[in-house]
Amino acid sequence: MTLTPDDWEVIGLSLKVAVVGVVLTLPIAFGLAYALARGRFPGRILLDAVVHLPLVLPPVVTGWILLILFGRNGPIGGWLDRLFGVTLMFRWTGAALAAAVMALPLMVRAIRLSIEAVDRRLEGAARSLGASPWRAFRTVTLPLSLPGVWAGLVLGFARSLGEFGATISFVSNIPGQTRTLPIAIYTALQLPDGDSIVVRLALVSVALSLGALIASEWLVRRQGGRAHVL
Amino acid sequence: MSFEVDVAKRLGEAEIAVSFRSDAGVTALFGPSGSGKTSILNMIAGLLMPDRGRIVVGGETLFDQNVNLAPEARHAGYVFQDARLFPHLRVRANLLYGAGGGAGGILLDEVVDLLGLAPLLGRWPRTLSGGEAQRVAIGRALLSNPRFLLMDEPLASLDRARADEILAMIERVRDALKLPILYVSHNRAEVDRLAAQVVAIHR
Repeated sequence: MTLTPDDWEVIGLSLKVAVVGVVLTLPIAFGLAYALARGRFPGRILLDAVVHLPLVLPPVVTGWILLILFGRNGPIGGWLDRLFGVTLMFRWTGAALAAAVMALPLMVRAIRLSIEAVDRRLEGAARSLGASPWRAFRTVTLPLSLPGVWAGLVLGFARSLGEFGATISFVSNIPGQTRTLPIAIYTALQLPDGDSIVVRLALVSVALSLGALIASEWLVRRQGGRAHVL
Repeated sequence: MSFEVDVAKRLGEAEIAVSFRSDAGVTALFGPSGSGKTSILNMIAGLLMPDRGRIVVGGETLFDQNVNLAPEARHAGYVFQDARLFPHLRVRANLLYGAGGGAGGILLDEVVDLLGLAPLLGRWPRTLSGGEAQRVAIGRALLSNPRFLLMDEPLASLDRARADEILAMIERVRDALKLPILYVSHNRAEVDRLAAQVVAIHR
């Protein structure tokens, strides 16, 4: 089985979209996970529900909402266009945004569980040893919640790689810009002679997802964590 | 005066109220389990906020109506009942966690000698026995350059031989470093051996 230049373009684009989407989402996901795990503020339940919305909404609806918000005349898209001349429409950056939004709830869930599992008395011990709240967070809370961060990254990456509905309704199906693996497979399925493309890209999808899972399990074990991604 | 403590705190159904002054080297808080001894230490360390009262240690006001110092500003060397070592750091890094700026005070080598920690430095906390973990916890507290020590049943999880060994080390710390120590225990023999002043806590 040899991959064609078109296949490589699809694979490269998919990886770029998934990696950028997940890496940019990570700090936001961690912040949300921390707020949901530790915060006691009015509207916490509402925030929790909104974060989980992409998990339960039909992805096509999520894509449509993104289209409304980030379209050239949308409240956020129009603002980006006026101030920075940036548009996400029909661009790979839009695909990355769709992937990020769809990955967010999974990442928040994984990281939140792991923050909740951190023994808060260890933070008290750090404070009594002279650590500021920020140092206690950096040196105790953050490293102890890393297994959840790894798990969140892998889940988010796998989710982003498989993202279809929100992407196609938000940024359509444009070769080299928004035609990621699932969309390319879907497109090939519509072609009378697309079978070989489907097989190749499907095998690549399996290999990538499996590789991500095994890599993350290895990372967690290497740092001696008791948590498991698998 | 080493310790001047007069605090009250309601925790659920329980009302904790204690008042004592002590100028002894070691002051023992003595009382049955569940009488709020640990909560009193937490209030002095700044990890639990009293409802009202006043805490002065070594002449410095840590808490009153107007003052509430952050835990990191109180310079307490707190030895927890469960050692509470950082599980992701080796013994050496645990010991040095609070050592910071290096503004004088006791050095790592001295603490390692005093507590016999040399063979443990490269180990992970989860591989330590109860007594080893407790010795590391005492060393970690000493290395944070504390102005006083809070010790919460440091012998509770140990067998007799180990307990005697740690007790001897605490006596060495008491005599060598001259730090005021507030020592919590429900064991009469320990308290009699260590403390010059005993504060009885009732349920």
